Amino acid sequence: MMSIGKAVVRTDGRAKVTGQAIYVDDLRPEGCLYGATVRSERAHARILGIDLDPSFDWTDITVVTAEDIPGENVVALMTDDQPVLVDGECRHVMEAVALVAAPTRERALQAAHRVQVRYEELPVLLDPAQAENSPIHIFGTDNVFKRLVIDRGTSTGMGVVHKATYHTSLAEQLYIEPQGMLAIPEKDGSLTIIGSLQCPYYIHKALKRVLGHSRFHVVQAVTGGGFGGKEEFPSMVAAHATLLAIKSGRPVKMIYRRDEDLRASTKRHPAIIQITSECTPEGELLSWDARIIVDGGAYNTLTPVVLSRLVLHVTGPYRIPKVHLEGVAVATHTPPNGAYRGFGAPQAQWAVERHMDRIARELGIDPLELRRKNLLKDGDLTATGGVLHDTAAFLVLEEALEAARAPLLQRAPPPGAGIAHWKRGRGLALAFHGCGFTGNGESWLKGKAALELVGSDLRILTGSTDIGQGTDTIFPQIVASELGIPVERVSMAPHDTAQVPDSGPTVASRTTMVVGSVVQSCAKKLRLALQAETGLASNNFAELLAARNSDAVLKVEHVYEPDASIRWNDADYSGDAYPTYGWSANIVDLEVDPDTGEIRYLRLVTATDVGRAIHPVLVSGQIEGGALQALGWANLEEVVRDQHGCMRNDRLTNYIIPTSLDAPEMVTRLIEVPYAAGPFGAKGVGELPLDAPAAAAAAALEQALGLVLDDLPMTPERVLLAMERGHAA
Amino acid sequence: MRLECRVNNQAVSVETAPMTRLIDLLREDLRLTGTKEGCGEGECGACTVLIDTKPACSCLVPAVQVQDAHVVTVEGLAKGEQLAAVQQAFLEFGGAQCGICTPGFLVMAQALLNEHPHPTREQVREALAGNLCRCTGYQKIVDAVENALAGAEHARQ
Amino acid sequence: MLASNAPVYTAKTLAQALQLRADHPEAVLLAGGTDVMVFLEADRLEAPAFLNLWGCEGLHGISEDGRKIGALCTWAELKEHPALPMALRACARTVGAAQIQARGTVGGNIANASPAGDSLPLWLAADARFTLQSLRGRREVAASDFFLGYRKTALAADEILVDIQLPVQKGELYYKKVGTRLAQAISKVVLGAYVHQEGGVVRELRVALGAVAPVPLRCRALEEALVGGPVRPELAALVHQDIRPIDDVRSSAHYRAKVAENILRTWLGSLRGC
Repeated sequence: MMSIGKAVVRTDGRAKVTGQAIYVDDLRPEGCLYGATVRSERAHARILGIDLDPSFDWTDITVVTAEDIPGENVVALMTDDQPVLVDGECRHVMEAVALVAAPTRERALQAAHRVQVRYEELPVLLDPAQAENSPIHIFGTDNVFKRLVIDRGTSTGMGVVHKATYHTSLAEQLYIEPQGMLAIPEKDGSLTIIGSLQCPYYIHKALKRVLGHSRFHVVQAVTGGGFGGKEEFPSMVAAHATLLAIKSGRPVKMIYRRDEDLRASTKRHPAIIQITSECTPEGELLSWDARIIVDGGAYNTLTPVVLSRLVLHVTGPYRIPKVHLEGVAVATHTPPNGAYRGFGAPQAQWAVERHMDRIARELGIDPLELRRKNLLKDGDLTATGGVLHDTAAFLVLEEALEAARAPLLQRAPPPGAGIAHWKRGRGLALAFHGCGFTGNGESWLKGKAALELVGSDLRILTGSTDIGQGTDTIFPQIVASELGIPVERVSMAPHDTAQVPDSGPTVASRTTMVVGSVVQSCAKKLRLALQAETGLASNNFAELLAARNSDAVLKVEHVYEPDASIRWNDADYSGDAYPTYGWSANIVDLEVDPDTGEIRYLRLVTATDVGRAIHPVLVSGQIEGGALQALGWANLEEVVRDQHGCMRNDRLTNYIIPTSLDAPEMVTRLIEVPYAAGPFGAKGVGELPLDAPAAAAAAALEQALGLVLDDLPMTPERVLLAMERGHAA
Repeated sequence: MRLECRVNNQAVSVETAPMTRLIDLLREDLRLTGTKEGCGEGECGACTVLIDTKPACSCLVPAVQVQDAHVVTVEGLAKGEQLAAVQQAFLEFGGAQCGICTPGFLVMAQALLNEHPHPTREQVREALAGNLCRCTGYQKIVDAVENALAGAEHARQ
Repeated sequence: MLASNAPVYTAKTLAQALQLRADHPEAVLLAGGTDVMVFLEADRLEAPAFLNLWGCEGLHGISEDGRKIGALCTWAELKEHPALPMALRACARTVGAAQIQARGTVGGNIANASPAGDSLPLWLAADARFTLQSLRGRREVAASDFFLGYRKTALAADEILVDIQLPVQKGELYYKKVGTRLAQAISKVVLGAYVHQEGGVVRELRVALGAVAPVPLRCRALEEALVGGPVRPELAALVHQDIRPIDDVRSSAHYRAKVAENILRTWLGSLRGC
């Protein structure tokens, strides 16, 4: 009966391999209109007017502007700075100015082109390094979204100092299904919103403000990938589709074309990270000073939380007695950056791992030995003074080293490579990742889930969505294992705000670990309820069920109870920033063509602490997929912007992500150091795989060519430039 | 134009503009929504179908070019309730996560397996290079396709 | 996704194709659609009409000796043909990916004349000849005379490219594509080259590059410097005398120039002692 640790067939698998899974664009309700968005072409301008081209036939077109918003013109998230539609002043290119809906997609696109916006240009601020002292004000009077200082001592003045600055670049989540939302006005005056999304209750919260009422419900369609890109951005798309649906009285579907999606949607925050470290001549770290500037774009969105996670990971998985960390997130007139899997931690650990390699290089120590010397272990303190438990840094490292001893698979040269004198290199990088929300987030959020007994079957009710990671399979495994019944008897209720409670957003590597534990508690409560109802003391679910006299649906609910052993002080940012951490070691083997700077990944070995692998195939799939996103960020993916801050490479031919030929063979080892409060010991693992592979690739490149690259992405252009400049190690 | 062709072994006769994209014909006119659109320009491969046994991105094929042709979509891979070996392998090896790219991968993999029942990993990788996946890192997809027919033969024994 | 309502004329035979071409010189030719459909989707093509050649008889097939290639041959067909030069078959494997290779045609790649067209330098290097036909008759144009300017070719408004002819070669063709990604990439630099050596002396040399100028072009300065003497990889820098790369969204002029030189030097280096 125990399905934990078994690779059961994923519950949505059959529908997905037969083409029967229904994504939002597969829906076409009667009378459906198609929506399109008119967007600003200026980074900062006053909108003087929005004109409809009189030569165009507008009779079958619905047009919406800010005036049509029944409630507040705000996308409610952390602060209320971002409008649903520009009212008066646009603050970045691709900001939504007006909306149109038409009976066909072609007509909608044509109509959008015929809406003319008149601008008066205003001064523009694009450079984050200038933001704080700029006379141009985007947010407050200093353009600072958030400033965070963690001060636990400064330089001892006794050690060897190393100092350098590291840059990370914008990156696109690139879910293969573009953003999409369908809003349906119902006969009773309510609305149904169905879409591609991670967080139904984010949209619920945002729409309530836009509409001024809550006579609507939000339903997740099967979602074609999110990676953070469908965390907060869909609130905007949902608001747009809903406004068009209200005005037209018809269902309205908005599906972004890829170019619009790339230009308009959120990206990973670029960061500038300066690290000054101090260590003994033998490489033992003494102090660590990091100064961070993060570009948030024109609106706050989730930027403050991204900054927190970045700062909390900018010491990496290392023990450092004295740390001084200062981060600032600033505003620029660029499209807002937002959630992308990893949420600041990949940027931080790119810099940390590059810096560790720098120390090793400059001290003449083996990078592996340097890491061994400083790795965190149980009982060590984090940068915020939290005491570590269930650490696995050494375990994952030794496991990865062992796995990497196997000979490389021979791989044929890629097509068209011709003659190339490939140079090989191997690189190592480590990471840790705080599981779940930062600080007291979970305590404030109070995520809920519920469990229903219907006949002899069980149904889980949660607002946590399956966006491909497989939680609609994992939750039933948890319940079935807790109650000792076959997993087939447990199903999931639709992720519909009319039916399921708010379990908190599907983000932050929290769904399996945090919501999974709530689901497990529901199962325990259900057993207690059955014991109470039947008067039996038995723990055997079948016996309890057999003893039941009633067919009534039995429903239990549980609210997340924070791990009592965790202490966090938000005022001075001290204590346990996260309930626990996942640990990861990554070893990349690659080749580089010194004529072209092109990198070819041969193999990626990962060893990852997952606490408990509830579903080994799903969890290794998470690790492999996340790792390839990191490797794409390392050498291929680059957002190229024009003078207005608009993404120029807005197609899949020029924002290029890895193909199957670009991907390395992957060796994925799972380590299980359980977290006591996680379901069956599971830790969160969704984001950890993004944290270290890019730095491992950089280390491998360093070995192959003797080049030191401290900035992402390491495109062939940059590799070749570095070779020309002779950045010898 | 009056378009006559076969789709998943069924005769189809439909009035359409000759430059209508095959993907729109499939999804909008025939309501075969298993074929997905990820980019509209032949880069992501989510819309892959077979036209007279050859793979094609259905977003790049005008209706006029499938006159009298046989089109196979993801809906046509299984025989009734019986999944094709490659579909079964995707379930077993974890080849599908979010699933949006899955139909295109399955159709492309089927095209490969029709010609090379026991492909090497490099053959699989090259054949699938026109299908983008952002979830899996391709490892489990390559595993599934490499072992699809071996698995099916093993199951039969 | 602005579907075109323009008329589409479909040719079943070469004779029909030539007649339709003469009657509708404004029509955009449609072969495998892998370029035309992309332009339409991106709103980059306004076509008053289309002439659909897909399935047109008389434009298919590769001769047994590999010397003649029908314009409508797909890259998938080239990839598998045993008599074609390995460099050409390698090139076929780099055009898009399998779906594009099964649909995209050799003739389409040539007539579309993108500066980054993957195969174009190879035709120059191979000294291929293109057969152009209209109701007025047939003529042959050397590949080196075909590409006139940015997406401009020697094709007259009433002409169709019917086949490509490869001369008998004593030497070796070489192909290398540089495109950042290892598959399904748009060329940033693409090299086609041909060399015939005798006793350590270069007898014939044709070096052609794509994506480094508005047209695929021969590197004449390099060729002239090397023919009649030994292979001298150190002369690769002469390539800069002919190429005119630009900065664009995919890469930089500097990168393209540097890479062109580097890959030529490596190729020339591999020829020493042959």
